[in-house]
Amino acid sequence: MIWLIGIGGIAGTVLRFGLGKAVSARLGTAYPWGTWLINISGSLLLGALYQLYLAGSLSPALWGMLGVGFCGAYTTFSTFGYETLQLIDSGRSGRAALYVLSSALLGIAGAALGMAIASWFIA
Amino acid sequence: MKDLIYVGAGGLLGTLCRYGVQKWVPTAAGGFPLAVLLINLSGCLFLGWFFTVTPGAWRIPPRLRLAIGTGFTGGFTTFSTFTVDALRLWSEGKAAVSLLYILASLLGGLLMSLAGIRLGQYMASRSGGGTAV
Repeated sequence: MIWLIGIGGIAGTVLRFGLGKAVSARLGTAYPWGTWLINISGSLLLGALYQLYLAGSLSPALWGMLGVGFCGAYTTFSTFGYETLQLIDSGRSGRAALYVLSSALLGIAGAALGMAIASWFIA
Repeated sequence: MKDLIYVGAGGLLGTLCRYGVQKWVPTAAGGFPLAVLLINLSGCLFLGWFFTVTPGAWRIPPRLRLAIGTGFTGGFTTFSTFTVDALRLWSEGKAAVSLLYILASLLGGLLMSLAGIRLGQYMASRSGGGTAV
């Protein structure tokens, strides 16, 4: 089990790094679009996996690898906090507030959407 | 390619540390996700400090900074577990616990990031080397 979680964690971390670099190369670094997109999409995916796990359609081993390992490591809270403080310290408090609120609200809404999509597939 | 190996190795350790903390820290009364809150707050404090003292005051190889900051700390902390737990508490009828968890995570996380960055700036200014972020 621990190896499955570890493999998922490596994959999630490497994807976050690659996607974060690709997004900031395309959209710039004035707003943390990379982490924003990663945290919302990861919340959607984890919501779907959680619903599948609850319904018994996902084994504990797969939940460990994809949910705890992959989604847990793909999304990040520490970079989210650091980027918010960077926005505040550079005088862009409005953008910082928008970043925090939209990440949390769209993240939770994404998780709810993921759960709804998964239940629709199970049914 | 070498960057990916460093980031992946850090992510592996961060993920396993998160799993360990989640296993050993009990869920608090009312289903409050105490383990993930502690993980995210401590990760914010550490990353704020670490990204501020490196590479200015402490010169470490860029790939090691990537492995510890982006890999380990990024993989240790998690946003998706935070959002799914908040939603789960809400859907279980524990709206107050859910709101408390959201507020503690967001406000606590930002305060911890701030504390880490300021501590790093203080240490960088005392060491006399480099520029504080």
